[in-house]
Amino acid sequence: MEKRTFAKGLLAAVVASAFSVFTPAFAWEPTKTVEFIVPAGTGGGADQMARLTQSIIAKHNLMKQSMVVVNKGGGAGAEGFLEVKGAKGDPHKIIITLSNLFTTPLATGVPFNWKDLTPVRMLALDQFVLWVNKDNPAKTAKEYVSAVKAAGPGKTKMGGTGSKQEDQIITVALEKQSGAKFTYIPYKGGGEVATQLVGKHIDSSVNNPIEAVAQWRAGNLRPLCVFDNERMPYKTKIAGDMSWNDIPTCKEAGVDTDYVMLRGIFMAGGVTPDQVQYYVDLLEKVRQTPEWKKFMEDGAFNQTALTGKEYADWVAKAESLHQGLMAEAGFLAKK
Amino acid sequence: MQEIQSLMGGFAVAMSWFNLALMLAGVTLGVLIGVLPGLGGANGVAILLPLTFSMSQQPGGATSAIILLSCIYWGALFGGAITSILFNIPGEPWSVATTFDGYPLAQQGRAGAALTAAFTSSFVGALVAVILITFISPIIARFALQFGPPEFFSVYLLTFSAFVGMSKGTPFKTITAMMTGFALAAVGIDTVTGQLRLTFGFADLLKGFDFLIAVIGLFGIGEILLTIEEGLEFKGAQAKLNMRVVLDTWKELPKYWKTSIRSSAVGCMMGIVPGGATPASFMSYGLAKKMSRDGEKFGTGIVEGVVAPETAAHAAGTSALLPMLTLGVPGSPTAAVLLGGLLIWGLQPGPLLFVEKPDFVWGLIASMYLGNIVGLIVVLTCVPLFAAILRVPFSIIAPVILVICAIGAYTVHNSMFDVWLMLVFGIAGYVFKKLDYPMAPLVLALVLGDRAEDSFRQTMLGPEGSLGLFFSNPLVGTITGASLLLLFWPLISSAIAVARGRNGNRRGG
Repeated sequence: MEKRTFAKGLLAAVVASAFSVFTPAFAWEPTKTVEFIVPAGTGGGADQMARLTQSIIAKHNLMKQSMVVVNKGGGAGAEGFLEVKGAKGDPHKIIITLSNLFTTPLATGVPFNWKDLTPVRMLALDQFVLWVNKDNPAKTAKEYVSAVKAAGPGKTKMGGTGSKQEDQIITVALEKQSGAKFTYIPYKGGGEVATQLVGKHIDSSVNNPIEAVAQWRAGNLRPLCVFDNERMPYKTKIAGDMSWNDIPTCKEAGVDTDYVMLRGIFMAGGVTPDQVQYYVDLLEKVRQTPEWKKFMEDGAFNQTALTGKEYADWVAKAESLHQGLMAEAGFLAKK
Repeated sequence: MQEIQSLMGGFAVAMSWFNLALMLAGVTLGVLIGVLPGLGGANGVAILLPLTFSMSQQPGGATSAIILLSCIYWGALFGGAITSILFNIPGEPWSVATTFDGYPLAQQGRAGAALTAAFTSSFVGALVAVILITFISPIIARFALQFGPPEFFSVYLLTFSAFVGMSKGTPFKTITAMMTGFALAAVGIDTVTGQLRLTFGFADLLKGFDFLIAVIGLFGIGEILLTIEEGLEFKGAQAKLNMRVVLDTWKELPKYWKTSIRSSAVGCMMGIVPGGATPASFMSYGLAKKMSRDGEKFGTGIVEGVVAPETAAHAAGTSALLPMLTLGVPGSPTAAVLLGGLLIWGLQPGPLLFVEKPDFVWGLIASMYLGNIVGLIVVLTCVPLFAAILRVPFSIIAPVILVICAIGAYTVHNSMFDVWLMLVFGIAGYVFKKLDYPMAPLVLALVLGDRAEDSFRQTMLGPEGSLGLFFSNPLVGTITGASLLLLFWPLISSAIAVARGRNGNRRGG
């Protein structure tokens, strides 16, 4: 029986590819395999998004050439960014970014800047949520932060992914806002952080929704607030009678801090406008597929998706924001 | 027994012709991936992941997709041993320890026996792990939650302790090799401070020294250089080539039941924690050498020295899927890619997966049983074929091995620099052998140094960090205590011997 459904899928794929022949040709199209670079390891958030994009493109025949995902996560992503920087004028390389687009050069002094690359488009923004263990007595973000403050410095552990990257930046911002002091413990991956919180080896985390949702649904973790200006729009019930939409923003909860992470696409410098336009259109088609929409909802992403000048402006603003936050926190590389 | 009922349901899901065909394809592909050094299970699974995407859209398709991918993983676990034994080139990180006795066995003309022992014990390890997963997964999941930074450090310390003193070199040479390994492991980004270390401004050093590159160079290229010097031929080419060797080895294997049980236990623990298959294989080999009656002969080519690491590696590799399913924490790089796959297919790994998607979970568990049986049959029937490779003249096979090594080194990070690095490690490996420096401590330090350092420093962060934390609860205290005992065992045992000797003398006098 599975055989037959598989055959049907195959037939559908053949039919779909037959139709794609009739779509109008673009001014520019890739002439060889496109490399989709992930400046992070396999299995993480950026990697998942890249591999999903690749499989959607393959499944819906959105591109005649094939696409390969290549992980270049060395040096907190510097490896991948330097490769794209060095591939000036090569239209067959695109790269997906995390906040390490800004944090890595600032924290390590590795010579690259987003201006070495060509912005293509924003795919989404990733949210951050303040999580505590279910047994934590604090019911709101305000209560929790007050308790941390009352306990004194060094008594409360905040776990996060990496060092001098987004999780620690949020932690510092939260400290600045409230006067509470955390001991920040860096781990290698978001899933590990969520488990450490369930095991009570840390007291709180600022995991992305997708990293902690399974433990929330199982009743092991409790979300306190989301670090964004607006609540997440998703109203499907996730855990008990709570939906993503029921989590207050940190501002509402009385600890006014916000931070979102860019999930955007860049190309090498020196590419032509129609090459950029090709990828803008390609990724727009990806965004319209049901698979993409489901992924956005599962991960409770902020679906803001800018292109062109608006996108470049957004990135420039985000850069100065990171510059400011990291300077305040003392995370800048020594010159 | 509710589990048995669920498992039977799982078999019903997994036992379709389509799924069985996928298993066969997956295992065969996995063995190939395992044979090629560098192209690890993680890469293989990542490359095929997008292919499974349309498959997962069919009803029941997610189960078929994960059966295909996990069978590639089983295949890679089996296949890693092949080149370790035949050419002293570990196809996968976890088969480094297999070279210690597997390769000498092959040189003695017993390649068939070594391969059979490796495959069979892999199967035993996997079987133990799957049985554990089937019946006590909730308990195991809770156990894994007990592990914070101090617990992880104590486990790594245990691995080092189990391994220290087992190499044949002088203590000075062992320490030199190990310290070199730690130094190499420190290159690249530092997790705790987020700073680059020891890169000296070279972009190529940003990603640090990958353990795989070092292993391919030190073992593979180093071995070829040595063979060239010693005359252009393989020792052990006169290996017997028929299926009798399988049966003969099977007769010998039950003798090592103690090692099998110990190695399965070590493997399962390391997989669940999750510490990974590579440290599991090293720890298990070290413990077997210390505890076996034939401990002295380890490293000279005895079957027990193949059984220990292979059982543990496969048990760890299999049980690593449990924390992935129940906690969403991957126990190995391959599990990390599979985890990404689950999310892309719209499944949410975590405590509720067993409740919400019983078909999927039990189908996967049933496929672990079936996939490993299929895998065992595939690799065992090919034992004579693999052993026959040794009959190919060296002048033909050596260039092939060199090319495969170079491709392998390149695939780890898609970087040409790594190929040159591999050659440098090759020359280093040759020099190490000539000067009689042991390579195993270097490799172990390189693979674990980084992680041990991270967990030590995570423990020490903040004003409350102190060495006392490594004894702060019964779990971490026991593991730390056991590792200190193992570490100082040579001193303790000689102290006991001296004390006994005195007693004896007194009695005598």
